[in-house]
Amino acid sequence: MEFRLTDEQYMVRDTAQAFLADASSSGQVRRAMTAARSYDPAVWQRLCTELYVQAVTIPEAYGGLGLGYVDLAIVLEQMGRKLFCSPFMATVGMATNALLLVASDEQKQRWLPAIAEGTQTATLAWTGPQAARAGGSWGAEAVSATWTATAEGYQLDGDLRYVIDGDTADLLIVAARTPGSSGSEGIGLFVVPASSAGVERQWTPTLDQSRRLANLTLRGVSVAADQCLGVAGEGWPQLQKILALAKVSLAAEQLGVASEALDMAVNYTLEREQFGRAIASYQAVKHKAADMKLKAEVACSAVYYAACVASEVLAPDGDVNIAAELDEAAAMAKGYCSDTVFFNAGSALQLFGGVGFTAEYDIQLYFKRAKASELYLGNGAAQREQIAAMLLDGESAQ
Amino acid sequence: MKLTFNAADERFREDIASWLQAHLVGEFEHLKFRGGPGDEHMFPEERKRWEQELAAGGWVGIGWPEACGGRGASIEQQVIFAEEYARAGAPGRIGHIGEGLAGPTIIAFGTPEQKAKYLPGILNGTEFWCQGYSEPSAGSDLANVRTRAVRDPDSGRWRITGQKIWTSLAHESQWCFVLARTEPGSVAHRGLGFFLVRMAQPEITVRPIEQLTGTSEFNEVFFDDALAEDLVGEPGDGWRIAMTLLGFERGVSTLGQQMQFQNELDEIIRIARSNGAASDPAIRQRIAEAHTGLRLMRYNALRMLSGDERSGPDSSALVYKLHWASWHRNLGALAMDVLGPEAELLDGAPYELTRLQSLFLFTRSDTIYGGTNQIQRNIIAERGLGMPKEAKGR
Ligand SMILES: Cc1cc2nc3c(=O)[nH]c(=O)nc-3n(C[C@H](O)[C@H](O)[C@H](O)COP(=O)(O)OP(=O)(O)OC[C@H]3O[C@@H](n4cnc5c(N)ncnc54)[C@H](O)[C@@H]3O)c2cc1C
Repeated sequence: MEFRLTDEQYMVRDTAQAFLADASSSGQVRRAMTAARSYDPAVWQRLCTELYVQAVTIPEAYGGLGLGYVDLAIVLEQMGRKLFCSPFMATVGMATNALLLVASDEQKQRWLPAIAEGTQTATLAWTGPQAARAGGSWGAEAVSATWTATAEGYQLDGDLRYVIDGDTADLLIVAARTPGSSGSEGIGLFVVPASSAGVERQWTPTLDQSRRLANLTLRGVSVAADQCLGVAGEGWPQLQKILALAKVSLAAEQLGVASEALDMAVNYTLEREQFGRAIASYQAVKHKAADMKLKAEVACSAVYYAACVASEVLAPDGDVNIAAELDEAAAMAKGYCSDTVFFNAGSALQLFGGVGFTAEYDIQLYFKRAKASELYLGNGAAQREQIAAMLLDGESAQ
Repeated sequence: MKLTFNAADERFREDIASWLQAHLVGEFEHLKFRGGPGDEHMFPEERKRWEQELAAGGWVGIGWPEACGGRGASIEQQVIFAEEYARAGAPGRIGHIGEGLAGPTIIAFGTPEQKAKYLPGILNGTEFWCQGYSEPSAGSDLANVRTRAVRDPDSGRWRITGQKIWTSLAHESQWCFVLARTEPGSVAHRGLGFFLVRMAQPEITVRPIEQLTGTSEFNEVFFDDALAEDLVGEPGDGWRIAMTLLGFERGVSTLGQQMQFQNELDEIIRIARSNGAASDPAIRQRIAEAHTGLRLMRYNALRMLSGDERSGPDSSALVYKLHWASWHRNLGALAMDVLGPEAELLDGAPYELTRLQSLFLFTRSDTIYGGTNQIQRNIIAERGLGMPKEAKGR
């Protein structure tokens, strides 16, 4: 039992930290937020060549580093700290997992090396407008695009919403269902180059400008048989795993956002004086910061436990008992970190006083990211309801 | 990062589990799940015999160094022991203050003679200890201790005068470690000594204090020129020693405590499923939150015990007490809310509490003893985040 980072993992962290200090300053983030692509392609290329972390979880056989999810979480945490604007979350934290989990060896050979080299970005496009039902419904029922079998393969139609970096990604991992099916029935997963005929993409301006969302429309998009991942119609269990892994990715990033918001608040309150002393010396301020610290520490444990579980899920010879905890570990991590990131960013904003309400100070950017990522794939309450169902609705007690 | 125990550790787990299964029978059978928080006044004599049974099996002080009579068990094995102990429902330890606090302090700071004199009684489960820190005017402000220790110029021995309060299990203990002022006129953490005192002497009076549970687990202890058997370290070392000891308090034993928390949560879940509370969305949220909190508490403890220091030295340890204490207090309230009106009904007159009523009431003390939640937040802010220290009135 060694529940701490290895020396190599500390190196991964330090390298990522050093890179981001240089590549994701406040000015760089603000420029990226308003740039055409929502990120700077030159910086992305630098990341891909200098750090090569876009290949972190891709096996060496496909040109990757062959590391585990813990290493990915380390990188995402650091990116969260700096609100790094890049296609990393969508490509590595979400879409790559689909290929790692479901693709055949030929499909991996075909798609993974380009991602590993940094020449292609990817994203996961799986929900229709139903994801917004009742304030967030991120289950199987949110899949609404359709697939139908054709002579050459499949035809895809429908609307896809809330797609992270959907306007810029080169490769789309699309979830669709057979017409007339519902719930977890009939779902299929497909790899669709964004340049395919019939794909329309529309950027949607977002509250959190540091992360882009897009609407996609598929009109009679035809894909070959070998672009289907797994068995068309039986894709829900795999999609569920892909989403659980995506939650772990988001949680790792949230941990970074929450920790940075705390550090920013502590530094500010140490400098700012009122009534003749630093506001950090007032107990109401200290105790708020202590609560933020507690949440950040517990969130850290939640993220790295879930990341360990995720590693076992992706490893070909992973421990099946640990891997079986994925749904629960991911829901706990996403739930706890979602609450934490909003609490920490909101509390930090309050501790900044009036300047916290200005566009100039960065805390507002963290605050907006906090709410956006809290809601994505379900907020704390949604994750808890999933856990409650595991605990309370089964046949056997526990 | 690795989430599994190695084969040797798993064998150790089988050893302790099968030992407990073989020994927690007969006269000890009825002690299962008894004597925990809120129930610590129950079956003291039987539980003392159980301590001796445990000691005979070599299961007391397993984490102590072998040179001091322990097993030198690794952190992993101590975790496993604590988990299996609680899983088996073995009774609340009455020797935990000796094993977890007095013993390690004597091992760290005591002379060879002191080790030889005190450690065997702890290891064989015959001598029990209590903690004489708090006083009426020294609670959160522990350094405000007023109890005095005076050295008799002829015999060279120390005599103690003053009052301690909230002393848990003083009425069941042969020994007390006492923080007392060795330098007359000294203030705060300077001029304190750490004394080992035999309870059975006419100069010591123990008066039980009735708790809100109707039971008496803690006491007032009056010292009237009482003889101290030993001073640990030098006069003036008391604060340093006392603080080191508080560090032992958040050691591995807390992992066993978590297994007991799990038993409590399981019972609440069972009730919620059977009385329909499990279909109330608000209760569902709270049960899921409790479940999550407990799992994360475990991961936090494992991170702390693995020595993960990524966010500064000790940072996972600093938040630990605030986390578990607040979690447990919430669980107590959840238990009542799941029971609904049934929560009101006692097991019997005059004031016989059910296990969950006891849990509800007793968990209110979790956020008070061992440093209140407010004090924990001060510590986290000051030591964990480098924020300014509290202003002092003296
Ligand atoms: C069940 C139980 C068992 C115990 N067992 C033992 C034992 O075996 N041995 C022993 O020595 N002691 C024991 N104690 C005592 C315990 O350690 C003290 O009760 C505790 O340290 C608080 O001190 P106090 O009761 O004097 O409260 P006070 O210090 O008077 O605190 C009262 C309130 O003021 C708040 N407060 C105080 N100072 C500050 C500050 N600086 N900033 C913000 N808020 C503050 C506290 O958080 C609390 O809410 C036990 C207590 C309980 C409840």
